[in-house]
Amino acid sequence: MFNSSFDAVVPMLCVTLAALAAMGAEAFRARDEKMPIGGLGIIGLVGAGVACALLWNRNTSSFGVIVADNFGLFVTMVLVIVGILTIMFSSQVLEVDNLPRGEYYALLLFGIAGMMMMATANDLLVVFISLEILSLAVYVLTGIRRDDPRSTEAAFKYFLLGAFSSAFFLYGIAFTYGLTGSTRLDRIGAFLAAQSMSDNPLILVALGLLLVGFAFKISAVPFHMWTPDAYEGAPAIVTGFMSTGVKAAAFAAFARVFLSAFEPFSQQWVPVIWVLAAATMILGTVVGVAQSNLKRMLAYSSIAHGGYLLVGLVAANQIGKAAILFYLLAYAITNLAAFGVIAMLASSNDENEELRDYKGLWHTHPALAAMMTVCLLSLGGLPPTVGFVGKWYIFSAAVSSGYYGLAVIGMLTSVVSVFFYLRVVVMMYMSEREGPEPVRPRIARMGMVALTLSVILIFYLGILPTRVLDYAAESIATIF
Amino acid sequence: MLALIPLFPLLGFLFNASFGRRVPKTVSGGVASLVMLASFAVAAMSVWQLAGLPVEERVIDQTLYTWIASGDFVLDLTLRLDPLSAVMILVITGIGSLIHIYSTAYMHDEPDSEYARYFSYLNLFAAFMLVLVLGASFLVLFVGWEGVGLCSYLLIGFWFKKKSASDAGKKAFVVNRIGDYAFILGTLLLFTHFGTLDFRQLADAVAPLPPEATFGTLSIATLLLFIGATGKSAQIPLYVWLPDAMEGPTPVSALIHAATMVTAGVYMIGRTAVVFTHAPDTMLIVAIIGALTALMAGTIGLVQNDIKRVLAYSTVSQLGFMFLAMGMGAFGAGIFHLYTHAFFKALLFLGSGAVIHALHGEQDIRNMGGLKKQLPVTYWTFLIGSLAIAGVPFLSGFFSKDEILFETFAHGHWILWGIGALTSLLTATYMFRLVFLTFHGERREGAIASGSHLHDAPPAMAFVLIVLAIGSVLAGYVGVPHALGGSNLLGAWLEPAFGIMPAAGEEEAGLELMLMAVSSTIALVGIGLAAFIWLKRREIADSMARSFSGLYNLLLNKYYVDEIYDAAIVRPTVVLSTDVLWRGFDVRVVDAAVNGAGTIVGASASMLRRLQTGSVRAYASSLFVGVVLILGYYLWR
Repeated sequence: MFNSSFDAVVPMLCVTLAALAAMGAEAFRARDEKMPIGGLGIIGLVGAGVACALLWNRNTSSFGVIVADNFGLFVTMVLVIVGILTIMFSSQVLEVDNLPRGEYYALLLFGIAGMMMMATANDLLVVFISLEILSLAVYVLTGIRRDDPRSTEAAFKYFLLGAFSSAFFLYGIAFTYGLTGSTRLDRIGAFLAAQSMSDNPLILVALGLLLVGFAFKISAVPFHMWTPDAYEGAPAIVTGFMSTGVKAAAFAAFARVFLSAFEPFSQQWVPVIWVLAAATMILGTVVGVAQSNLKRMLAYSSIAHGGYLLVGLVAANQIGKAAILFYLLAYAITNLAAFGVIAMLASSNDENEELRDYKGLWHTHPALAAMMTVCLLSLGGLPPTVGFVGKWYIFSAAVSSGYYGLAVIGMLTSVVSVFFYLRVVVMMYMSEREGPEPVRPRIARMGMVALTLSVILIFYLGILPTRVLDYAAESIATIF
Repeated sequence: MLALIPLFPLLGFLFNASFGRRVPKTVSGGVASLVMLASFAVAAMSVWQLAGLPVEERVIDQTLYTWIASGDFVLDLTLRLDPLSAVMILVITGIGSLIHIYSTAYMHDEPDSEYARYFSYLNLFAAFMLVLVLGASFLVLFVGWEGVGLCSYLLIGFWFKKKSASDAGKKAFVVNRIGDYAFILGTLLLFTHFGTLDFRQLADAVAPLPPEATFGTLSIATLLLFIGATGKSAQIPLYVWLPDAMEGPTPVSALIHAATMVTAGVYMIGRTAVVFTHAPDTMLIVAIIGALTALMAGTIGLVQNDIKRVLAYSTVSQLGFMFLAMGMGAFGAGIFHLYTHAFFKALLFLGSGAVIHALHGEQDIRNMGGLKKQLPVTYWTFLIGSLAIAGVPFLSGFFSKDEILFETFAHGHWILWGIGALTSLLTATYMFRLVFLTFHGERREGAIASGSHLHDAPPAMAFVLIVLAIGSVLAGYVGVPHALGGSNLLGAWLEPAFGIMPAAGEEEAGLELMLMAVSSTIALVGIGLAAFIWLKRREIADSMARSFSGLYNLLLNKYYVDEIYDAAIVRPTVVLSTDVLWRGFDVRVVDAAVNGAGTIVGASASMLRRLQTGSVRAYASSLFVGVVLILGYYLWR
């Protein structure tokens, strides 16, 4: 199975090259020269996407530590989509905020490369390295608006807490290595399956520490504290990027580590993740109801969505594993598009992200309001959007594995969550503006194209999900 | 072909949502009405085709494609036309078309963009409702179920500048969500037990089982489904949204109350009739809740002063009758009443709309009176509607209400029959109180001054009122009972859809005739009572209100149910979410934990303090607490 070739790293290589090109372009461009640096990124990402398509079903691996199995490739494809949409949305944001393009795109692309590596890593150390690659990029992106104290504060908080959790994660790797003699997931899995170690407390400590590291990255309660601040402080499009890309990559690694290497210990970790999932869904939803800032509200919503994904991890039957992948895709497109709308409406001196700023949006920007509505309804899981199909899969997986409690909590929270999504719709359609219209920038065509694409995908995957579901099912067939 | 039925209104929605604000009103309103008529035409053709099939083969399935496939579970997106959905689509598209036509005149004063927005919502609403009744499985039904909830919210809150309207929309949505939750749980429970969501497969799986003697799975599942139905169809305890829903434009009330939305719950029970009949305990609960709702709403309707609010409570009350029928296992009778009710309730609401239109927005019946001469078309049609709903012999409401009361009596539920009969009396009384106060007597003091030149309904509205009035008279003749020499065509038509045979037969014709006589008398007594009090001796009403002021206020304030819900449920929830979980747990508790256990994270804390915000410290310690909990669980469990 392990023939040492470079095939499996081609997707992330494409992205890395694009990142280097972006850096180079920034370094060599004349002071006021406008360069389509984002285009370089899109070329790299499309290249990565093509590479994924070619690698599909080939199950290649590089150096034994990167495996391009269908699972990894599916997540890589999700990341490609996230990357392309982010770049399309970004073109306007950068102009309005006057952010450094080269740095921005280079960091974005390095971040995506790290995420791709994380999604395909077959070794705990590689997981850790890729985690750091993507985290560093995202820390800087969070604080990229250097003159905005909120942005800087958010980046700093995120960085400190991220470092804190990385330490736990690394500690967990050390314990695992000490006990099993390897950091390779397949070898750990084989070792744990062969030995009866369930009464060894150290392996449980290792398990717990790794769990903490992942739980932090996917912002599961109670490791979610950084999320609302970081999401609120970062520029909206960066928030969209990290709430989807980082979560997708972290979840892929989470699922891979726990469902392959630590699969023999599922009896030990399932109850813990059960509790995390329940707490995450409940807190994310209930606290989301109380928010009046749209970005903060969507931050809590993305916490809650992490909870739904955890339900899939707990269920972990065939449907559940495929459901995680499908849900990641659904959530990534929808959430990114929602943040894209926020980003497009932000002007340079005012982010326009309070709920009341959206009053009467329907009158001034009808198309934008309509598409935002679609995104919000999809986040709320109303048919016939992709959000509904995703939730249906997750919960039917939970039910068929006998986790009725989680399914009931999940459905209750998604029923409640519709309230806060709908509040935005109400603001846009059914409220009159008081006072002057907020200053809004001209809406760039590129952003509208990205948004339209997202909405088409939301409906396509909601109405005709079968093909992609089949891909998701194929993806999990190869590894678990 | 079935797909065209919901597709037409959907296209209308897309048209008006995209171009509506750029085209004149005749185009946006015309397109919206035409797509409904087209949908009606297709529906009628489909039903004709269905009727041509032999009785036992009367099912037309159209599978569009496979929607969801997970593991062994495959769900096709299938639309199904059977006798039950046939009745429903005819009601929805037929009455729906009329309401669209009426709206073109009623909403004419709105600006172009609002006009288009209104019609786009109206079309979307109809499209979802059609998906709801045509869906062959719970999941497809659920698409419509959620959709109508959303659209009703948009329509009720259409005049959002009125705070009461946007509040009413919100309330409708919230209450419906509670019902939806129960509905999803019920669906899920059935799915886990029978492994299918298709109604037919479910019925086939349940049919061989014996009815549950104790309160088992089927009873719980059906009870959950019924709670979902109480949300959509406004029964105790979730009826509170419907009376407020009249805040929307009047045609919307007509659409919601008559042809769509509220019928969803009744329809859903009819659709899962086989499952419900296997849960006798739930059936009894359904019947009791139905009867109680009918009575309670009837009593409230007696004292309300807003013309639409009286009608709203009468809807709740009539829906109670339908659920009483469903609970008795008389599914055919329930659907029959749903069908006749659609005619006269649409007529009454649209008639009240004509009154309000003529009086420039006045809704308080105390400020009306003597409108009979000035609004003849409205008056006569409204009168016919009132006679029909009161159950006066040989109008449509008579046949359907009688069938329900007869079935109740024949099943030996004397008390429920008594409640039903009493409610009939109330219905006749409050409806004619409405008629007399609105149309008879003299214009009362305090009425708006412009009363001298009132315009009766414009042609489009008058046309619709007349069509509906004819319908209210004749619609019942498809279900003339055997006792009166009829053959209950509708009952026979519907039977195969429920998979059971009705229990009561022709041999009880004598009993049925006697009960008919009783309820006809009741209706006439109720009308007479209303005539006596509100035409002859107005002061009796006032003196009664004074001498029974406690009861009067209780009824006027709708048993204070809204207030009770607010104190018992709404406020605690708000407090829990903002004060406890967010401010309390997420922000404060963690801070407090740091102040107590701050020394644990001493090193980092002293560094972080320079940030001038305590929150990072709090966040880090939350993380730390999480680690301690998880590791503690592993090490000391």
